[in-house]
Amino acid sequence: MATTVIWKSLSSCAGCEISLLNLGESVLDVLAKLDIGIVSGGVRSQRNLEVLLEVRSKVEVLISLGTCAATGGLPGLSNLCGARALTDFSFEQSPTARCTQKPNPAVGGIPAMLPEFTPLTRHVAVDVVVPGCPPHPDWIEEAIAAVLEGRSPVLPDRSVCSVCPAVSAVSGGVSKAPLRSLRAPLGDPTAPLSAMPCFLAQGYVCLGPVTRAGCGGREGAPQCIAGRAPCRGCYGPVRADSVASLDFLEALAVAGHDPAAMPDKPGYLSRFTGAPKPPSGEKPS
Amino acid sequence: MKRLHIAPLSRIEGHAALTIYLDDQGNVADTHLSVMSLRGFERFVQGRPAEELPRIVTRICGICPWQHHLASVKAVEAAMGVTVPPTAVKLRELCQMLATIPDKILHFYFLAAPDFLLGPDADPAGRNIFGLIKAAPDLVRQAVRARMRVSELLEMFTGKIIHPVAATVGGFTKPLSEDERAAMLAGLSEVTAFCLHSMRLAREKLLPPYIEMFREIGDYATAYLGTVRPQDGSLDLFDGDLRVLHPDGAMENFPASRYMDYISEDSREWSWLKFPYLKKAGGLELDYRNPLGVYRVNTLARLNVADCISTPQAQRELEFFRREFGRPAHVVGLYHWARLVELVYCCERAEELLRDPEITGTQVHAGAVEPRAGEGVGHLEAPRGTLLYHVRTNDEGLLDMVNIIAGTTHNNAGMHISMKLAAQRLIDDRGGKPLDQGLFNRVEMCLRAYDP
Repeated sequence: MATTVIWKSLSSCAGCEISLLNLGESVLDVLAKLDIGIVSGGVRSQRNLEVLLEVRSKVEVLISLGTCAATGGLPGLSNLCGARALTDFSFEQSPTARCTQKPNPAVGGIPAMLPEFTPLTRHVAVDVVVPGCPPHPDWIEEAIAAVLEGRSPVLPDRSVCSVCPAVSAVSGGVSKAPLRSLRAPLGDPTAPLSAMPCFLAQGYVCLGPVTRAGCGGREGAPQCIAGRAPCRGCYGPVRADSVASLDFLEALAVAGHDPAAMPDKPGYLSRFTGAPKPPSGEKPS
Repeated sequence: MKRLHIAPLSRIEGHAALTIYLDDQGNVADTHLSVMSLRGFERFVQGRPAEELPRIVTRICGICPWQHHLASVKAVEAAMGVTVPPTAVKLRELCQMLATIPDKILHFYFLAAPDFLLGPDADPAGRNIFGLIKAAPDLVRQAVRARMRVSELLEMFTGKIIHPVAATVGGFTKPLSEDERAAMLAGLSEVTAFCLHSMRLAREKLLPPYIEMFREIGDYATAYLGTVRPQDGSLDLFDGDLRVLHPDGAMENFPASRYMDYISEDSREWSWLKFPYLKKAGGLELDYRNPLGVYRVNTLARLNVADCISTPQAQRELEFFRREFGRPAHVVGLYHWARLVELVYCCERAEELLRDPEITGTQVHAGAVEPRAGEGVGHLEAPRGTLLYHVRTNDEGLLDMVNIIAGTTHNNAGMHISMKLAAQRLIDDRGGKPLDQGLFNRVEMCLRAYDP
């Protein structure tokens, strides 16, 4: 079967592409077989939007790859301050900025920035959503296989905690700075993961309870946990309709912490879910 | 005025476009190298707890997340006055070396080599990694395998390699076990053999036929910026003093904490990426005949500023390079050559660190860190050049101000001038002969050298 692929990354870091390369040698076979559109990254600029609409019009199946494309992801944090604040810092407030002129889409031929950083689904219909920052190669492979076989991909639908090997019982080690990651975790870091005390129980912000599993692939432990660090939510919410922020504050209380002591709630609770819109009245800069 | 537009520029890691403006005679009047968006991390990290910075900025670059992770953690520690145990410092440098090796293999084989193995005039539909698989299947499979091998070692040890988490404010999340050390040494020795083979292949076969072309279209003098060890001026990618080498050979060394005395940034209407320049020049002129304030970073810059390299095989390669091309070398295609010399260094340095008895030490964290107000700079040499983080915290240890100058940003002026120079040399005075795709690809080759 002679086939084609359109692969576009919008506003992104290219980590999704590197994850695809980490399919290893099988990537050489997979890439020869596709007939679909794969889009990673979110929509930051007018140009990103035009490219997305063009890809959508040309392909039968559109796969959204990675958390930026799925929910707005981490760059969605920029919605907390709005696009204008980003350019004001870069070209005016930055301590090294001595800008004699500024980027100007109207005369400079560069794309205008949109006021929000948005996921693909805000603009087009998406057939398959593969979340992850980056998506594990197992799920990229599964999504592509499913599309080629004409079925729905089977992707994880439970929380990180459901596949986390850490033990929930914890004793001792009260932090002077509550809910801050400013000390070495309890326990022996050379002991097996199955002996590691739960981060949330220890008083770390760990977003495992409200985050979709899958970062370790089909078999592996959650990746940040394997790296002995708390989850930051990079696979997005467990279900599209869950309210992760409320669920997490409840999980904190259940673990015996005061939710009011949690610093920077918006920065954690919308870390990978595309933060809310900026204040109204914001114009594209 | 006629306008030629190349967008997107291919086989580069970012998103950029080139516009070439032609005058009535068909000669190049000007060029604009436009970077297509601003991602704005510096601003939206404000207000976040400082220890979160290394967990956020990895998303600036999925190709070099380790470098953002490590430079930012160093800056936060400098701001909050944290001293990290020596084992943790060595583990961080080891991770940087192991993360840099696949990056260089990726760039050389996947992005650069199609031009050299298939030729600049090859059909663009096949002048890419797929064409390369057909032309040199064994070499490509070896490159893919070597890249994977190192990535697997790093993942085995640190859990997460794209957007890593292992460096935390105060140290590292876990020590290196003897078993992990042995596995890394074994895996590394296979990969080192492939990297040395790549260096030889590039030096003997792939690059020499193109040096003359690069001399004609990509040779102009600027200053260079890189990092050297203060004691002997040798190349260092992880830490040390910054050094500016001026075109006349004069050098200035300074600690990264003084970067604002040396670097300012301007911008232009036609690009979202700022243009850093040497502050003492008083301004920026994007003209290759008199490139005021322009300096360059990345592989060629680092070899130019370094007096020597501390590992034996990379030092031999540096000596050969200096004999052939002098110091400073300005020919843009030599960025590739220098990239492979650094690949050899990274392999040797990783082995050196793995054989250091302290690398398996068990004290990898400084203990509890108190949040506090402060200001600090952290830097290292990322694959694409000097990566600077400047951090100010408030008394709750939240981020007040973060200023980042990344590798490709430092090179913005240099890349822009390279585009104009190459376009003029290739397009001017052609007497109406048609402009073909091979010509435009040669312009792009001058950009790919910077690995933007």
